[in-house]
Amino acid sequence: MSSILDSKTPEGPLADKWQNFKANEKLVNPANKRKFKVIVVGTGLAGASAAATLAELGYQVDAFTFHDSPRRAHSIAAQGGINAAKNYRGDGDSVHRLFYDTIKGGDFRSRESNVHRLAEVSVNIIDQMVAQGVPFAREYGGMLDNRSFGGAQVSRTFYARGQTGQQLLLGAYQQLARQIGQGGVRLFNRSELVDVVVIEGRAAGIVVRDLMTGELSSHSAHAVVLATGGYGNAFFLSTNAMACNVTAAWRAHKRGAFFANPCYTQIHPTCIPQSDDFQSKLTLMSESLRNDGRVWVPKVAGDNREPHLIPEDERDYYLERLYPSFGNLAPRDISSRAAKRAVDAGQGVGPKQNGVYLDFGEAIGRLGRDTVAERYGNLFDMYERITGENPYDVPMRIYPASHYTMGGLWVDYELMTTIPGLYAAGEANFSDHGANRLGASALMQGLSDGYFVLPYTISNYLSEWLNKSVPDTSHPEFAKVENEARDRYNRFASVGGTRSPDWFHRELGKIIWDYCGMERTEAGLEKALGEIPALYEEFKKDLRVTGGTDGLNQTLEKAGRVEDFFELGMLMCRDALDRKESCGGHFRAEYQTEEGEALRDDDNFAHVAAWENTGDPMAPNRHVEDLVYEEVHFQTRSYK
Amino acid sequence: MTNTLKNLTLKVWRQDGPNTSGSFETHTIEEITDEASFLEMIDILNERLIEDGEEAIVFDHDCREGICGTCSLMINGQAHGPERGTATCQLHMRKFSSGDTIVIEPWRASAFPIIRDLMVDRSSFDRIVEAGGYITAATGGAPDANLIPVPKPVSDAAMDAAQCIGCGACVAACPNGAANLFTAAKITHLNLLPQGQAERYSRAEDMVETMDSYFGSCTNHGECEAACPKEISIDVIALMNADYRKAKVQNRKQLSRT
Repeated sequence: MSSILDSKTPEGPLADKWQNFKANEKLVNPANKRKFKVIVVGTGLAGASAAATLAELGYQVDAFTFHDSPRRAHSIAAQGGINAAKNYRGDGDSVHRLFYDTIKGGDFRSRESNVHRLAEVSVNIIDQMVAQGVPFAREYGGMLDNRSFGGAQVSRTFYARGQTGQQLLLGAYQQLARQIGQGGVRLFNRSELVDVVVIEGRAAGIVVRDLMTGELSSHSAHAVVLATGGYGNAFFLSTNAMACNVTAAWRAHKRGAFFANPCYTQIHPTCIPQSDDFQSKLTLMSESLRNDGRVWVPKVAGDNREPHLIPEDERDYYLERLYPSFGNLAPRDISSRAAKRAVDAGQGVGPKQNGVYLDFGEAIGRLGRDTVAERYGNLFDMYERITGENPYDVPMRIYPASHYTMGGLWVDYELMTTIPGLYAAGEANFSDHGANRLGASALMQGLSDGYFVLPYTISNYLSEWLNKSVPDTSHPEFAKVENEARDRYNRFASVGGTRSPDWFHRELGKIIWDYCGMERTEAGLEKALGEIPALYEEFKKDLRVTGGTDGLNQTLEKAGRVEDFFELGMLMCRDALDRKESCGGHFRAEYQTEEGEALRDDDNFAHVAAWENTGDPMAPNRHVEDLVYEEVHFQTRSYK
Repeated sequence: MTNTLKNLTLKVWRQDGPNTSGSFETHTIEEITDEASFLEMIDILNERLIEDGEEAIVFDHDCREGICGTCSLMINGQAHGPERGTATCQLHMRKFSSGDTIVIEPWRASAFPIIRDLMVDRSSFDRIVEAGGYITAATGGAPDANLIPVPKPVSDAAMDAAQCIGCGACVAACPNGAANLFTAAKITHLNLLPQGQAERYSRAEDMVETMDSYFGSCTNHGECEAACPKEISIDVIALMNADYRKAKVQNRKQLSRT
């Protein structure tokens, strides 16, 4: 164990740290800001808000997205809402309570100072988004409405129907569009990062591939921000969009950035169960549905009667039974495992017996069909489109699916990775959610990082470089990295095997899901660490990419992303194997209480595991950042 | 319950690039479950093409939840296919029958040049938003969110317009290739809200004129509303036109004073 990781947590009591940081950070004066160029990769909530704000401040910003438009980023699919400690309900909320709920929700595996800052700026996010015209739900008096979300006993979630992510992303995209229109940001669309360039120990720029022409190009800057999302698609089947991938973060990792807690993945309890073997993705049904829907399975395994024929006393409302104080709003990791246990015990429902019911019968009786339709109408419609069943009449069927990844690039308090000048924001970093993320916190974190954290912390680094020259793209390292990328794509195109990248991705995803999914064991992880490298070898020999490397080739793009998932998959399993405890989304069957709950080992594992690339994906170096709690005390996380 | 569809004939548009001519290519799907989504059917076809050593059909898609607006297929002459209020990615095979012939084309509009096969370039939409589809509110200076009360009906109407996913079905469905529904949805979202008032008329003017520089003119066919996967009402076009007219009159008055 070494501790070369410096979190750069500011001095002072927890509640004052962010203020102290802002009081003492180095600034760049307005006239000098235009001398600095910042590259922002990714234009989701974190990337778009960071790019727009940095440009407003006067920095030159180059923004990159692999989509056709910044508005397509997967932040757009978030449904339920965004948390903020506004206490507009007067129900006892406060910055401290949001902070505490997030720490507890993360199973005491997140950095206290980062989480407190997140809770502090949460209130600014709502103000900012309303000023930008986000049409949040309102009450008749014109004030903002709130709803409840898992893991909290207050109503602090702001929402825009079931499309909160869409409305927030459009808000951030519009600010970015304003800067693009005014020349503050240069946008490179349909451009995918293929590598990060590090010169003399600092991030000097990136190499991107123009997805339309296949051309590789180099871009230099004073600082690089990766806001490139999570790696949930490592499982192949997930609620992520089809193109979501780990490539940007992984390329940075291979160039020296440490990757933290890769085994912390969130399996969301309410997704539509898989219906067939060639399914391309799973669809989330918002957690907000659990405000009114009741989760149950038949008490007797194998009971395949129609749900309305199963009488009340033969149903097991297992969340209400096991977790009476939180009931159907128990946090995600806990609800997911409970669903898995029910299905594993043979109580699963539906044609493949691979789901549990989420029943609105009681809510429709209590509130009326119209009120339920007003709250959840668009989600009900979506469910019907996908399954052909009407959830007003028949209970929904749900099952857990990969949804979010808490792990990501290790960053310090200033969101800088272990490569100076390289930042990671939003889901791409590991910083705020510990071992489990609470609902409605991802949008909060993305916007917090982009609007209210990075624009402050980046000047602390940039100020050192005022009037000093940094290498531009004529530096030979850029050409070298470009050539490596070119060789890599040529390699994919020339294997000439028999299997498509998608085939390998699906097979890889199955291994990771089976052994590094909702429940992990030492034997299973060891097995995965045998199977993944074997499949990777096959990938290298038997891949088939049709079409060339010049010009648009979606099969080639996919091959690059899948290759990075192979190496990441090995690291996920390695991390899960070495973390000999259960916490949040990481559940090791060997470490559980008599009641089957996660059993943490605070004496040995109250730390962040940050992995250093050694060139051999099977033998990375594990570094440790101890988590020091000044304000909260370890507790057994209970939602009973 | 699950059914299996048999013997589907697909006529798929293939085109190498923006400046080459394209043609239909015929493929047969012998069997597919009706639980499959339309795009999963294309995935399966693409897997087969790759196995046969051919290039996969290029098409835009991403979230497959009907919200990102990336997917964009003309299916049997209808933008996003036969199901109302549904984007291509949410369309499932249960809407088709055994023996059907399905014609799959890209969006066709001069402002959306074809990039390859079924993929088109919709960046002209971004240019419209860049011209004024925002509220100028720099980060950091916002007042408390509840200081700006917004009546619920106003907020709901703004949200109805704000649901636009920017897919371009309205343009593809319009005989004139007009983008009025898209532009009006964005203008209406912002112009209804109290926060949007300061830039209301300049926004309408700048966005409409940018739109006009790329797209055809609206002649009230109403095809856009019928094709919209978010079922945005054509009423927003009337609201946009009213604001645009006011903006022009105001400008005239100001000019006459100078």
